Amino acid sequence: MDASAIIAALDRAVPGSGAEALASIDQPTILVPADRLLAVCGALRDDPALRFTALVDVVGVDRLPDEPRFEVNYSLVAVDVPARLRVKVRVSGAEPRVPSAVGIWPAAGFLEREVWDLFGVEFDGHPDMRRLLTAEDWEGHPLRKDYPVQVDVPVKFDAPTQVTEEQFRATMEKDRRLRGDRR
Amino acid sequence: MAPDFEIPILTTTVDKMAQWARRSSIWPVTLGLACCAIEMMSMAASRYDISRFGAEVFRASPRQADLMIVAGRLSRKMAPAVRRIYDQMPEPKWVISMGACASCGGVFDNYAIVQGCDQVLPVDVFVPGCPPRPEALLYGIISLQRKIDKQRAFGYARS
Repeated sequence: MDASAIIAALDRAVPGSGAEALASIDQPTILVPADRLLAVCGALRDDPALRFTALVDVVGVDRLPDEPRFEVNYSLVAVDVPARLRVKVRVSGAEPRVPSAVGIWPAAGFLEREVWDLFGVEFDGHPDMRRLLTAEDWEGHPLRKDYPVQVDVPVKFDAPTQVTEEQFRATMEKDRRLRGDRR
Repeated sequence: MAPDFEIPILTTTVDKMAQWARRSSIWPVTLGLACCAIEMMSMAASRYDISRFGAEVFRASPRQADLMIVAGRLSRKMAPAVRRIYDQMPEPKWVISMGACASCGGVFDNYAIVQGCDQVLPVDVFVPGCPPRPEALLYGIISLQRKIDKQRAFGYARS
């Protein structure tokens, strides 16, 4: 099944999907407008001619001099056909927003967190958007092309908990009472 | 040994005795951050065998450990966790920075890696290499033993 056959099946399922084939060397690749992404993804999963039931990976791309700047790639597998497909979405650098595919493939949860963490592409409707690979208080999105390679900020770590002797004894005493020690 | 009489005794100071005991049983905490940990495990295994120097007991709890071998690149995200493990170790405690990455960032001159774990921990011995061979780490531990021998157990500021 090549890209044109997939697009034909898609256009039957989603009229006016706007999907177009892109040049590729390894697997069929289609480009989808961001506002039709969820309709297209739903059809890719549910259409009996397509059956792309597995989302294998979500990858971000920063195409910095070009506009639209960001690209999100979805690697799909139709397990029982079998077939592979790459779906691309391009969004502007000023407001990188893509609808979240978590409702279609639950596997998108961690993968979209990674793309947001490293590229700063927002995923609308993601239920639990937190940083995944960098520390929680990280600033910026490191895999953007304009992110510096070296940063000169001090390493953060927590000061150890300071306990006075009285506090220590009180805790030990409480612990003994809870355990029922008779000493 | 005194040859003139039969009583089997040695005289020394409590201080030296305590430091001898400490340096002869440096138990490291089980902490492997990257590929250097493979060399560290190799050093602990039978071929290189750090039990010859009393340091073979890798403790899974920092509460029972004397030595932290920072074996590998320390990422900024991992730094608070490593520092917490260090803080949980009882005194006296020592730190060996193993390999180029732990000592200065090594090839990872970027935002994600701490450029030298001495920004986070007080390092006693730096072991160079990428990764250091087990012999090099053994030499690091022996150097640390020499350093402990020169330190005082009671009453004096640590040298």
